[in-house]
Amino acid sequence: MRTDDLIDILASEAQGRREAAPPRRLAVVALLGAFAALSLVLGWLHARQDLAQAVLGPMFWMKAAYTGLLGLAGYLAVERLSRPDGSGRRGWVVGACVFAACAVAGLYQALVNTDVQAFLTMLQGYSWRSCSPRIVLLGLPMLGLGLWVLRGLAPTRPALAGFAMGLFSGGVVATVYGLHCPEHTFTFIALWYSLGVLALGLVGALAGRLSLRW
Amino acid sequence: MTDSETRLKALMLRGLDGDAAAYRECLALLGVRLRGYFGRRMSGAPGDVEDLVQETLLAVHLKRSTWDSAQSFTVWAHAVARYKLIDHWRRRRIRHALPLDDHAEFLAADEPDPGVGLELSRALETLPDRQRRLVNDVKLTGLSLAEAGARAGISEGAAKVALHRALKALAERMRRADG
Repeated sequence: MRTDDLIDILASEAQGRREAAPPRRLAVVALLGAFAALSLVLGWLHARQDLAQAVLGPMFWMKAAYTGLLGLAGYLAVERLSRPDGSGRRGWVVGACVFAACAVAGLYQALVNTDVQAFLTMLQGYSWRSCSPRIVLLGLPMLGLGLWVLRGLAPTRPALAGFAMGLFSGGVVATVYGLHCPEHTFTFIALWYSLGVLALGLVGALAGRLSLRW
Repeated sequence: MTDSETRLKALMLRGLDGDAAAYRECLALLGVRLRGYFGRRMSGAPGDVEDLVQETLLAVHLKRSTWDSAQSFTVWAHAVARYKLIDHWRRRRIRHALPLDDHAEFLAADEPDPGVGLELSRALETLPDRQRRLVNDVKLTGLSLAEAGARAGISEGAAKVALHRALKALAERMRRADG
């Protein structure tokens, strides 16, 4: 086929319905992903029983702010990496700063206590075994949907774009998970929440490497 | 370079607003650039150049929503071309390094003759009958989408959707063609 013929065909689509730009598509992913996670939290894990009191205290919101900001970092990175000429730098910087702040707060909380046993108790909380895996599980629907949407966009660095999508998903669903999880120390959150989000990022990187070619 | 960018960007913006003539001109200009860009980097494989030009134009068209109009159109199109070239080499198991920032040279205007792309025709042959006939009607006979749709017994809206699906399928098949 001659290239001019191809161009004629493509030009005939100029008036066609255009696909939405990345921000809008990613917003839909977040909305549906958060809804899936919320259904799982309410139907499977159930909301924490002291939710009514918890929302009055600061720690519930600090936790939500931490995971929400991680999700924002992932969004900033993936919104750029979904384009062929995009760099995720701004997202990585935000993510690293947010994590560093939480880790410092966690270390401070832990070190104020000189008692080693108290430190370990804080580190393990009530749910250290289940926290990270649950965040990964809750995030899989959003990650899967997100990778499918990314396939329709134009990422040129598939593993990085997949990682960013994992970070975005992890941040969003960990925020929803806060409705169930009663943990209330920075020490616990900096370690186990971050690990769950990071693991989801790695799943995304691996899946992205395999599936994001166009 | 800035002149060329200004012109391409203006055409592309009008194209995105539904101006088919401007869009055609933009793609044609881009095609010339792509031919030069790939030609200089694929010496010894002239038959592949036009295939890659066509595959890249298809990608530019299908992925145009990922261009952020606040940014340079040249840089975006160059990134698409670079990705397609690297992907082509990867499929052929050729290792090369490509600089990230040679988009100025991307605009250099030497104009080798366009050849004929074989892969696109081959990919077209593998499409389901209805899609292939629709593409052929729009391409060869220059029918409008409404007319081509009428010939296939579907509405203009349905013809639009079918053509878009056909283009997506073509892009996917070309990508896998020399895998």
